[in-house]
Amino acid sequence: MSGTTNILVVGIGGQGVMTATEILAEAAIALGHDAKKTEVAGMAQRGGVVSSHLRFGPRVLSPQIAPGEADVLLAFEAAEGLRWMHMLRPGAAALVNDSRFVPPVVELGLYDYPSDPVGQMKAGGRRVVSFDATTIAQGLGDIRLGNTVMLGAIADQLPFSADVLLDCVLKRFQRKGEKVVALNRQAFESGRAAVGAAEAAIA
Amino acid sequence: MAAVMPAPAASRILMSGNEAVARAVWEAGVKVAAAYPGTPSTEMLEVISTYPDIYAEWSVNEKVSLEVAIGAAYAGSRAFCCMKHVGMNVASDALMTLTLTGVDGGLVIAIADDVGLSSSQNEQDSRYWGRFAHVPVFEPADSQEAYDMTLAAYALSEKFQVPVILRMTTRINHVKALVTVGERQAHVGAGFKKDPARYVMVPGNAGKRIPLMFKRDGELRAEAERSPLNVIEPGSDRRIGFITSGPAYMHVKESFPNAPVLKLGFSCPLPLEKCRELAALVDQVVVVEEVEPLVETELKAQGIQVIGKEILPLQGELAPPVLKPAIARLLGEPVDAAAVAIRPAQVFPRPPTMCVACPHLGVYYTLSQVRNLNISGDIGCYTLGAGHPWQAMDTCVSMGASMGIALGMDKGRGEADKEKRIVAVIGDSTFLHMGMQGLLDMVYNKANVSVLLLDNRAVGMTGGQDNPGNGRDIHGDEAPRIDFVKLVKALGVKEERVHKVNPYELPTLFKTIRDEVKVPDVSVIVTDQPCVLIKDYHKLKPYEVLDDRCTGCGNCLDVGCPAIHVTRRGKAVKASGREVDLSFVRIESSVCTGCGLCVQPCAPDAIQHYAPVSPITLVKKGCSA
Repeated sequence: MSGTTNILVVGIGGQGVMTATEILAEAAIALGHDAKKTEVAGMAQRGGVVSSHLRFGPRVLSPQIAPGEADVLLAFEAAEGLRWMHMLRPGAAALVNDSRFVPPVVELGLYDYPSDPVGQMKAGGRRVVSFDATTIAQGLGDIRLGNTVMLGAIADQLPFSADVLLDCVLKRFQRKGEKVVALNRQAFESGRAAVGAAEAAIA
Repeated sequence: MAAVMPAPAASRILMSGNEAVARAVWEAGVKVAAAYPGTPSTEMLEVISTYPDIYAEWSVNEKVSLEVAIGAAYAGSRAFCCMKHVGMNVASDALMTLTLTGVDGGLVIAIADDVGLSSSQNEQDSRYWGRFAHVPVFEPADSQEAYDMTLAAYALSEKFQVPVILRMTTRINHVKALVTVGERQAHVGAGFKKDPARYVMVPGNAGKRIPLMFKRDGELRAEAERSPLNVIEPGSDRRIGFITSGPAYMHVKESFPNAPVLKLGFSCPLPLEKCRELAALVDQVVVVEEVEPLVETELKAQGIQVIGKEILPLQGELAPPVLKPAIARLLGEPVDAAAVAIRPAQVFPRPPTMCVACPHLGVYYTLSQVRNLNISGDIGCYTLGAGHPWQAMDTCVSMGASMGIALGMDKGRGEADKEKRIVAVIGDSTFLHMGMQGLLDMVYNKANVSVLLLDNRAVGMTGGQDNPGNGRDIHGDEAPRIDFVKLVKALGVKEERVHKVNPYELPTLFKTIRDEVKVPDVSVIVTDQPCVLIKDYHKLKPYEVLDDRCTGCGNCLDVGCPAIHVTRRGKAVKASGREVDLSFVRIESSVCTGCGLCVQPCAPDAIQHYAPVSPITLVKKGCSA
């Protein structure tokens, strides 16, 4: 469908992938787009692979993004970015949190964690921007801010202004008081800056 | 959850299919709504319970929930019931006779099929129930339709005094899309009108209702033929026309925007004339249905030429990447080679894990240490015990099946299993759902089975819903709490064969299991610690690994807690000359909640309470922070 933007958000159950996608959907709707958001979350609990699809535009039919048709990939974990890399259009950008969450099956020695997932993604010919959202969030004093850092990271890759997304993010925290809102604003801007710096380094 | 102010009419809201149905149920003036949790249906009742002026309950199983809804509908009120696909197998006993009595107040049954198996044991197609029970089936294709069709289903239900099935799939239940909502309409029930010939289904009465059911079938088919929910979109490319329903409709429109389509919203009874009308319009008809060839078979039986599962899969979702190449081949057109060639990178699997400090970890760690067991399992978070590192569950079939299967394994044991001990593992909610009857059967028939009843006070897998085992109702308000020890004793398990054990105390748990499997009788071991995701759980002081003490034995990894990570690997040669692998570990103290399970198998006492080094200490030691 022409005019439809496809955003794929991936990570691990419990990281806030679905909430992040929902906020992106709210931003698209605030601008008058039609939107559909869907996810495959495996068994209904924690620690498994989560992929959440957002499609928005004048009118959205199928909620699913087909392989090779995502316009942006936002990955909350490095190996998950690699897992879903094939969903991107050639030349499209992947924004990847470069911190690693190693599952028990790898700790038990049954499988290997890829030695350089980001490098492998780059070798696949896509534009990969990596940064450490987890460390940024920890630096701001709360690992839960990682979600907002990730939304900041995608903010300049969207077909609308970053401020629209920031407004939607902050609306979520309004009830929690000014301090929390200010922290989230800072997390959002840190995410934006991290991607900006990483892109400048690539260029 | 407390009641909230519902969004005003005419609002345009981003809603999942489940939320949209809940809103429509409230607007339809429904008085009673009941369900047992089950992915992907759970949120319907959760959301309904937040609306005012509606009675909502978690029932002990789907059959009871349907019966509650039937009672309300007999009493003249509007009623709602929902379940996942396999739930209808449990509820179907009631459904198959409900179709004879019909209803007075409108009754809608939403069934959520897990097409694509995101969280289920099979992929059955609930549209068959419409044919089997002679009741109409509606199939929404997105959230707005889920909302609209729920309202339409109540009107149809009352017009024909028949329950209506709203057939959804994961890709409707869990997709969020925009919905324009309306006002709540009051519905005043007429009260229960005694009518034994209609409501007392003994053979003499039931026999007279059957012809009425068949007559109603004919009337419903005529209604389906003229229903605005069944629409032909004429399209411009007449080479192929599609007959489709549910989310598959969206995939067809996405893939072939110019093709003629008959969209079936009211799909049972099937509007045959509408199908013929589409067939007359196009060169070939393709039926795109998830998942069984049901419409296809009915059309072929009517002599209408269609193509279906000859070119489309019998399993899974029929999304554009599946549809486009199949149709290109049918038309003799080139298949998009680039799209077909896309392959994902090879990355390790990441199955769902049990949570950090989950009480089930202690149970499965212990079971993995006891030899000579055949373990029948059940459905819940604890099904994960079949996986690594425990591999301590050997069967999983249906809710409560661990009981009957254990009994059958005991009575049917062959020579090879003569020395095996039979263990059944079941959760609290699953036990109350359909396990109690199996336990009674074991007692009555003198089984030699040890039952582990994992009481974590929640329906964990679906998000920690309340149940009769935790003393809270759907709103979180106080409710009578079942005492599992008393319950299993009442079912006939001997006093001395019932034990209540803390699953974090590994030596006690190990000894209890090892002793009980040796006793040729039915025993029940109840574990009594709450799910870590509910408010009954209290965190304790976290642990850390003292690196200089860790010997790399890896015993702690066998517990299976996702907070334990390997820092480095090595090899050592034992006194016997055998080479062993070493895994040195650390604990992610920021997520550890101090359950202490990993501490117990750690021989060198390398796991200690986490003592963060304070900046003051660092200054004293002359370090820089």
